[in-house]
Amino acid sequence: MISLWRDMNRRGQVVLVVAVLAMLLAPVVATRYLLSVLTLILYFVYVGQAWNLMMGYAGQLSLGHALYVGLGGYVAAGLWVHFGIGPWLGVIPAVAIAAAFGAFIGWLAFRFGIEGVYFSLLTIAFAEFTRIGFDHIGPLGGAGGLFIPYQESRLGEWWNLRGGQLFFYYLAFVLAGAAVLLTAWLARSRLGHQWMAIREDETAARALGIDVFRAKMKAVLISSAMTAVGGVFYAFYYNNLFPAQVFEMSRSIELILGPIVGGLGTVFGPVIGAFVLTPLGELLIAVTDKAGLNAPGAKAIFFGLVLMIIIYLVPGGVWPWLSRRLGLVRRRS
Amino acid sequence: MRLETRVRPSRRQVLGGAVAAGAMLAAPAVVRAQAKALKVAVLLPRSGLLAAAGQACHRGAVVSPKVLADFGYAVELINVDFESNVDVARTQTERAIAEGANCVVGAFESGATLAIAQVCEQRQVPLVINIGSVPQLTEQGYKYLVRNFQTNPQLVSGGLRLVKDLMAATSVPFKNAVFVHANDTFGTAQRAAMDRLFPAAQMPFPLLESIAYDPKAQDLAVEVTKIRALAPELVLVTTRSSDAIKLVRDMVRQRFEPKAIVSPGSPGLYDEEFYQALGPLADFHLYNLPWANPKAQMTQALAAAFKTAHPTNRFEVDCFNAGFTFEGIMVAADAFKRAGSTDGKALMEAVKATNIAEHVMTGGPIQFDEKGQNNNIQAAVVQNRNRTPTVVLPPEIAVSAPVLPMPSWQGRS
Amino acid sequence: MLSIWLNVVVQGVLTGLLYGLMALGLSAIFGVVRLVNFAHGEFAVVAMYAAFVLFRAWGVDPLWSMLPIAAVFFVVGFALQRTLINAFVGRPDYQQFILLVGVAIVLVNGLLIVFGPDAQPANLPYAFDSYLVGPLIIDKVRVYAAVAALAVCAALFGFFRFTRTGTAIRACADNLVGAAVVGLDVRRLYAVTFGIGLACVGAAGALMVTIADPVPGLGPAYTLLAFTIVIIGGLGSMAGALVAGLLIGVSEAVAGFLIAPSMKSMFSFALLIAVLVLRPQGLLGKKPA
Repeated sequence: MISLWRDMNRRGQVVLVVAVLAMLLAPVVATRYLLSVLTLILYFVYVGQAWNLMMGYAGQLSLGHALYVGLGGYVAAGLWVHFGIGPWLGVIPAVAIAAAFGAFIGWLAFRFGIEGVYFSLLTIAFAEFTRIGFDHIGPLGGAGGLFIPYQESRLGEWWNLRGGQLFFYYLAFVLAGAAVLLTAWLARSRLGHQWMAIREDETAARALGIDVFRAKMKAVLISSAMTAVGGVFYAFYYNNLFPAQVFEMSRSIELILGPIVGGLGTVFGPVIGAFVLTPLGELLIAVTDKAGLNAPGAKAIFFGLVLMIIIYLVPGGVWPWLSRRLGLVRRRS
Repeated sequence: MRLETRVRPSRRQVLGGAVAAGAMLAAPAVVRAQAKALKVAVLLPRSGLLAAAGQACHRGAVVSPKVLADFGYAVELINVDFESNVDVARTQTERAIAEGANCVVGAFESGATLAIAQVCEQRQVPLVINIGSVPQLTEQGYKYLVRNFQTNPQLVSGGLRLVKDLMAATSVPFKNAVFVHANDTFGTAQRAAMDRLFPAAQMPFPLLESIAYDPKAQDLAVEVTKIRALAPELVLVTTRSSDAIKLVRDMVRQRFEPKAIVSPGSPGLYDEEFYQALGPLADFHLYNLPWANPKAQMTQALAAAFKTAHPTNRFEVDCFNAGFTFEGIMVAADAFKRAGSTDGKALMEAVKATNIAEHVMTGGPIQFDEKGQNNNIQAAVVQNRNRTPTVVLPPEIAVSAPVLPMPSWQGRS
Repeated sequence: MLSIWLNVVVQGVLTGLLYGLMALGLSAIFGVVRLVNFAHGEFAVVAMYAAFVLFRAWGVDPLWSMLPIAAVFFVVGFALQRTLINAFVGRPDYQQFILLVGVAIVLVNGLLIVFGPDAQPANLPYAFDSYLVGPLIIDKVRVYAAVAALAVCAALFGFFRFTRTGTAIRACADNLVGAAVVGLDVRRLYAVTFGIGLACVGAAGALMVTIADPVPGLGPAYTLLAFTIVIIGGLGSMAGALVAGLLIGVSEAVAGFLIAPSMKSMFSFALLIAVLVLRPQGLLGKKPA
């Protein structure tokens, strides 16, 4: 974590401190609308970072991360609704179950040498399989959805994740911050270096004596466990879950746009990506609205075009380009 | 390189727009003035998965201010498309309230409705649900929420009762029935209600089987084969529009002819695409739903306004979605008129005390119980005749008499 | 009872052939250009709308209009590859993925704006006809579509087997460096392949109109289906795509009949997972060197 700080030059450090302070103090000045957008951004920073660990560092392209969001959310919400077990406790089995799924998928893939696009499709297949499966699980509401009661009387019970916008904003901030720090630490760790070696050339990594299977398994485990925590956040933020919504492939795609646009395999890429894309969507809504462009779908077209333009112009992501442009990181010799 | 130079200006444009809009975003919340007209945010899924229904609701919303003005109400709409996406629904509700919305109407879909409900609860802004049937909506303890729509149990029990009425009115008995439903949120809730209510309803025929299908399925050939093997006289359905087409089409191809296809409270059999796709084969199907009362004065006013505003759409087809959306806006406007204030608390009290006798949809006066549910809505039996939804029961509002059993597929065109 | 079973299987076979054709285009693009075309389904939906418009405006039967549509799609594919997509060949999967997700978003919402959210049925005059063969009831449209799909596949097979360009493309797929060394214009061949891939989708989409109504949001389901079929059949194996299409069609039909129809697509995914694990090269694919 210290290395993250050391990697930056003075200007980068100032920008980071100002940014963190701004986020901490944002609720003082921000409107509720802005706060809800920021909460969403931070949520995407968090899950994006979890995905970034697996793809950006270990090079495993998962297109089914909605699976872990859904599992985490459903387990914690189910325990809360049926047994009154609070989410701080419920998050443990939620993480465990999601990680178990992750481990199973990882084991299948890495044991049987399923790589690249094949691995991506395997993750999609599992997510879709689970989606349809959850459509048929009666106690969790099936396709009809699982609902967490609102209960105004419990509103102050932050330990049960019952709170208002402000509470969820800071919760998302803590989650996102922790994810960034964890990534920074992992990136510098032995494991992180193993991951990057595997990402660049798996055969060479093996030749170097790296236990490729173990390292990749760790990536899947950490990533799925982290994502499941995001799912718990999602469930208690929205208070309802539908298989068709949480396990949807479009959800998985939404989750990975941020890190890719921001810059894969970098600590701040997912942060920048989320801060670019989510506001972009909101701005396009506001702009098309004000421009009188009343055709539903127009906003999405612009969004799609911007996505194409970004990936065409800065294929490595916005953050590496931006940090170079603004001179925020120390030049490596 | 060529592409590079072509792309540059557009990137700059986008950035320019972003900066301009950013300034707008960051501006402090608009001060809520005591306006003469109530600002109502109407949140609908006008793009994405639910676009068809969302746009139908929207067509009703846009004509509402003018019609309501004729009845002495003043409303101004903030129309929001939440793209069938829960995240967008939540942030856009905040935006609409920041822009001065005093009341929210929406949102057709349950997940988004609950996301909106939380914002409304925290901001103390009334939410009037136009359409959304999952029972839990009014069971979650929200205080700033009312629903002017039926729950799934209400839809099903009303639907089954009307099947009995239908049998009595036409003196055509059914020997047995099969229930077919889409396995989505709405379909599953209908199924749950059916499982519970069918035995209690003491129907004079047995339910042979309930069959769930994937609403994303490319065709329903196998499902129809399965139904045909059971040979029911009555097919009860809960569909969405595109799969209703597939269902009937595959029935025709497989030459399976039940005495009737009846929907106890679901969409699908009366969308424009259903008529377009099936032509004469779309006729004679029945749906037991709350419907726009063709004899009500307000319905006729709404229909007239609808016709001028949307010459390419038929009110008879859109009236379910458009009518309930209109009524949602009216509930808000009426509460504002009585409360004389846009203050959330006062407005909500007035909403809860709603008592509107003259309105559009079938049933008694619009009133809400302590949970915010309107229990006075009554379904009617509507039958497709000449590719137009036609109210056939109850007799006091019927335009025509029901036809049973439906004529054979052969020789319809 | 047996006749019902037979009916279910026949339905599955006919639908499966069409699935197979749709997957063929993907197989070509994926196998040769190594591009993950995540907008595949969206292109199919655009073709469906094209066939719909041609039928509504001039009454051209999709069985015929698939030819001009395929031709136009070939040109579009060729041009797309030459301009936009070529820059992404050889780039990492995830970048191609984002590009094509962008393309898909634009296509879906463009269709939404132009045609509206409602399904647009073509209403062919024979849409409701069916053949009675003994105890079997077979939909006319499905038979027509399946036969047309087979014809397109045969033509494609002939092209890859017996023309110079076709052979050259197969050489590219087998050994890219070798192909470049012997002087093949790889870039042009890529463009041709992408064009052929899209032409396949165009034809499949046009035929799809006969059995399904175009809706803007259909794309992702088709994309997923096509990928599933390609993987199960084996990358680069044309016969494999057809066989896998049939397998998916029949297994979904049988599973839908046997268990719950709402669970039937679970079986395609289970099948996909099983193939990935047990036979990653696909049912008819060659073992990777």
